[in-house]
Amino acid sequence: MSYLAHNTQHVPTGLRKIWYINWPLVMLISAVASAGFLMLYSVAGGSTSPWMEPQIKRFGLGMVLMFIVAMVPIWFWRNMAFVAYAASIVLLLGVEFFGEVRMGAQRWIDLKFMVLQPSELTKITVVMFIAAYYDWLPLEKTSRPVWVALPVIFILVPTMLVLKQPDLGTSLLLLFGGATVMFLAGVHWAYFATVVGAGVGAIVAVFESRGTSWQLLKDYQYRRIDTFIDPSNDPLGAGYHITQAKIALGSGGWTGRGFMQGTQSRLNFLPEKHTDFIFTTLAEEFGFVGASTLLLLYLLIVVFCIVSAIGNRDRFAALVTLGIAMTFFLFFAVNMSMVMGLAPVVGVPLPLVSYGGSAMLVLLVAFGLVQSAHVHRPR
Amino acid sequence: MKQQPKDIIASSRTISRRALVVGTSQIALMAVLGWRMRSMQVEHAEEFRLLAEENRINIRLVAPSRGLVFDRNGIAIADNEQNYRVVMVREDAGDVGEVLARLTEIVDIAPEDLSRAMEEMQRRSPFVPVTIAERLTWEDIAKINLNTPALPGISAEVGQSRVYPWGADLAHVVGYVGPVSDYDLSRIDDQDPLLQIPKFQIGKTGAENKLEHTLRGSAGHRRIEVNAVGRVMRELDRQEGDAGKDVQLTIDNRLQTYAQARLDGESAGVVVIDLENGDLRAIASAPSFDPNLFVRGISVADWEGLNADKYRPLAAKAVQGTYPPGSTFKMITALAAMEDGVVTADETVYCPGHTDVYGIRFHCWKRGGHGNINLHDSLKQSCDCYYYEISQRVGIDKMAAMARKLGLGIKHDLPLSAVASGLAPDKEWKSSVRGEDWRIGDTVNASIGQGYVLASPLQLAIMTARIATGHEITPRLVRLIDGVEQPSGRGESLGLNENTLRRIRSAMVDVCNNRRGTAYGSRILAEGYEMAGKSGTSQVRRITPEERAAGVTRNEDLPWERRDHALFVSYAPIENPRYAVAVIVEHGGGGSSAAAPIARDVILQALYGGAPPLDAYPASQRSKIEQQQRRIEARIPMGAKAQSRA
Repeated sequence: MSYLAHNTQHVPTGLRKIWYINWPLVMLISAVASAGFLMLYSVAGGSTSPWMEPQIKRFGLGMVLMFIVAMVPIWFWRNMAFVAYAASIVLLLGVEFFGEVRMGAQRWIDLKFMVLQPSELTKITVVMFIAAYYDWLPLEKTSRPVWVALPVIFILVPTMLVLKQPDLGTSLLLLFGGATVMFLAGVHWAYFATVVGAGVGAIVAVFESRGTSWQLLKDYQYRRIDTFIDPSNDPLGAGYHITQAKIALGSGGWTGRGFMQGTQSRLNFLPEKHTDFIFTTLAEEFGFVGASTLLLLYLLIVVFCIVSAIGNRDRFAALVTLGIAMTFFLFFAVNMSMVMGLAPVVGVPLPLVSYGGSAMLVLLVAFGLVQSAHVHRPR
Repeated sequence: MKQQPKDIIASSRTISRRALVVGTSQIALMAVLGWRMRSMQVEHAEEFRLLAEENRINIRLVAPSRGLVFDRNGIAIADNEQNYRVVMVREDAGDVGEVLARLTEIVDIAPEDLSRAMEEMQRRSPFVPVTIAERLTWEDIAKINLNTPALPGISAEVGQSRVYPWGADLAHVVGYVGPVSDYDLSRIDDQDPLLQIPKFQIGKTGAENKLEHTLRGSAGHRRIEVNAVGRVMRELDRQEGDAGKDVQLTIDNRLQTYAQARLDGESAGVVVIDLENGDLRAIASAPSFDPNLFVRGISVADWEGLNADKYRPLAAKAVQGTYPPGSTFKMITALAAMEDGVVTADETVYCPGHTDVYGIRFHCWKRGGHGNINLHDSLKQSCDCYYYEISQRVGIDKMAAMARKLGLGIKHDLPLSAVASGLAPDKEWKSSVRGEDWRIGDTVNASIGQGYVLASPLQLAIMTARIATGHEITPRLVRLIDGVEQPSGRGESLGLNENTLRRIRSAMVDVCNNRRGTAYGSRILAEGYEMAGKSGTSQVRRITPEERAAGVTRNEDLPWERRDHALFVSYAPIENPRYAVAVIVEHGGGGSSAAAPIARDVILQALYGGAPPLDAYPASQRSKIEQQQRRIEARIPMGAKAQSRA
C-alpha cells in the first residue's frame, strides 16, 4: 500500500472536511479583517464608501475562495504548483508589456472583470513552487549546489521582474518568502551564511554605486533610503510621509483618541491613509492598546500556522504553510516597521487591513492553502 | 515521487526544527515592533500629541477695531468705515473667466484689479478666497447678492477701513494709517503679533502714529483646525481682541477747517491755543493733502505731485517748520532786559535808523530812524535799534534763558510727527555746536529774532500764551483717552514781574489798536474782543550795502522764494485773554500786512465760535471781509458736514 493510499484513508472527505478546518485561524483572520473594515469606515470620515463596502465584498469573495481552496486536497495544489508558478511568470511578463502604469509603477494588468496585480499572486506561487520542488527533491540532494541553484533561479526570476516594475517591497517579500522555504526545507546553513555575507557586500556596493554610471537603484529608491536614515532632513518633502505617520502613531498614546477622532488622518496629514499607512490611523484612534492587540492577532495567526505545520508530516503541506506564514509575517512586519520609522517606505500594505483587492484575495487564497494543508494532513 | 516513511520523519524533524528557528526570530522581531510601539505611544506620546496639535491647529489673529479720533465737540475726525469687498473662491467658481465676465457686467471693476486677482488665484490654492475688488458701494453689493446664482464662488465680505471724513483739513494733525511695512518693522521695537497680519494698518504720521498704542487695541485670536493643505475645517474657539481706545483731541474741527480754508492759497501755518488749559484748538498748515489717498495706497503720480509742490503740502508747517521769528522775538529781548534791570520802561534809546556795533552797521527797518524811543513805542512801532541797544546790555545768555522760559528752543511733548524744537541760541550752543565764539553781532541779530534764532508757530503761540497769562502754559492735544481727561496744560506762574508783563502787554495792545501800531489795520472793533499782538517780518536773504544804498527791493518785486516770511502773534481779548494765535506765511511779505489779518480772522472765529459779525471789523474793510467770508463758507460746507456726522 502506498503512502498516499494509506494517507487518504485517514483524511476526512466530503463536507466532513468543514469540521477539520482550522477554525481558530478563520476567526483570527476575520477579526483582523474586521479591524480593517472599521478603519476604512473611519478614514472615509464615517462612511462605508468608498472603501469599506468594496473591501467587505472582496473579503466575502476571498473567504469563499479560501473555503473552496481548503476543500481541495493539498496534493492537488502541489501538482498545480508548477502551473501556478508558470502562469504568474507569464502574467508578470504581461505586465511588463501590456500593464497599466499607475503612480509611476507598472504593476497592474486589466483582466476585464478585475484589475489584477500579478506581483501579489506571485508571492504565493513562488512559495508553492519552491515547496513543491523540495517535496519532489530527494532529501539527500537538498544541499547539493546544483539542486540549490535551481530554486534560487526560480526565486530570482520573478523577483527581478517585480523589481523592474519597480516594486521594491514585493520583490523583497518574494526573495525572503522563497528563501525561507529553502531554509525550512533543510538547505545547509553555510549557503545562507554566504548569502548574508554577500548581501552585506551588496548593500555596500549599492551605496558605493550611487551617482556613478553603474548606479544599481533608481534615484527615488536612494531618496527613500536617505529619508529613512534621517526623515527630519526633509520634513515637507521626502520625509513627510514618515514624519506624519510617526506623529499620528505616537499621538495615539495609551488608549488613543477614540474611534473616528484621529485628527491626523481625518485632516489628510497622513498619506495613503486607506492603504499602506492605515496602521497609523488605527494606532492614533485606538492607541497602544489597539495597536498591540492587532500585533497580537497577527502573532497568533503566525503561531497557528507554525503549529499546524509542525504537526504536519506532509513535506509540501508543511513547507507551504510555513512559507505562507513567513510571507504574511513579512507583510505586516515590513509595513509596521515602515510606519514606525524602523524601515524605509517600500510600499507594503498591511495584510487583511489595507484597502486593496489583489492583496486581500491572494492572502485569503493562501490561507485556503494553509487550511487545505491542515484539513488534508496525514494522520 | 513516493517517499519513504524514514525520509518523512527526517524531513518532518528538519522542518520542525527550522520552523522553530524561523518562528522564534519572527516573535523576536514582533517583540521589537511591540517595544517600538510602546516607546512611541506610551513614552513619547506627549511629544507626538503636541506635534499633532501643531499640525492641526492654526492660530489666526483677529484684528481689533481701531480706536476713533474725535474733535473736542465729539465729531469723528478719524473713523472706521465698513469696507465692502468682493472675494472669489476659485474651486467654487467653476469657469473663473466666465464668472468674472458676468461680474464685470454687473459692477465696474478696474481691469488691473481683475488681472491681479486672476494672477493671485493661479498662485493660491483653489479654496483660498481672493479679493477681486475693494471699497464697493452698498448698491454694488446689493446687485452682487441679487445675482448670486449666476456668480458661483463670488461672495461679498465686509471689513473695516480707516477714513478721514475731513480729508486735508486735519491731515497734519491726525496723520494717516497705512499697511505695516518691512521698514516699519525694522524701525520699531514692537512685539505685537498684530503687526504680522498682512496689510495690517498702523499709524504712519501725526496722532495716528504717536497714539498708535492707544488706538490699536490688542489682538484677539481664533483657533482653527486646518487640514494638511491648509484648508480651514472649523473654528475651535474665538476670542475677540480689545478694541482700540477712542481719543478725543482738543482740536475744534470747526475752527480747524476755517483756519485751513483761510490759509488757502498760501504756504502758511497757524496755531490757536486756549489760554485756560493749553488746548490746541487748531493747528493748520497749508497747503495740505488728503490722508485718505495714503490709506488706499497713494498712486505714484499723486505722490510725485505732493513732493514736487514748492509749497510742500506734506510739511506740517505749524509744528514742524522753524523760522526766524523776527520782531515777534522782541518781547523776549525786552523781558530779558527788564527782568535783568538793565533798562527801565521809561528809558529812551535814540534810533537814528541804524546802529554801528564794532564797525558793523545794523539797520532799523525805518531808514530815517525813530528818534528817541522807549519800550512801549519800540514794540508798537517795532523799532529795531532799541533792541540792538538793550540786547548788548543784557547779553545773549539771559535772552536765551528767557526764550526757553517762554517755550522757545525746547521741544514740546505733543503726539504729532516731528515736533520742532527750534533754537534759542546762546554762547554755549555756538561753541559746542559750531565751534565758534559768540560775537556781539550775533546778539544784535538775535535781539530782533534773526540770525540763529529759530521758532515754530507752535512755539510762538506758546510764547504769546505765556506772556498773556504769566503762567507756564503747555500745549495739550489730547483731551480724553477712553473717556479719561488728560492733565490740563495750565501750569504755575512763570515768576515774571507782573508790572513788566503789563508793560509788554500794553505795548502789544497798541500794536493792534493804536493808530501808529504796526497792525492797526488788523484791529478788532467788537467790544470785549479786542486783540493784542506783535508782527514779525523775517528776512530770508541778506541785503547788501549796495542794495540798501539803492533802496531795498520791495517784496513784490522778488521771486517768491526770496521774499520775507510774514509772522504775527496775538492774543484776545485784551482783558481776560482767552486765545493766543501764531501765524506764519512763508515768503508772505510783511507780518502786519500778510499775517496779522489771518490771526485776526482766526481769533475772531475762535472767540465767536463761528463767523463773527461784520461790525467786529473796521468799517472800511467790511465789504472785503464779507466777500472773504462768503468765499470761505463756500469752500467748507461746514454746517452740513458737521450735522450729518453728529
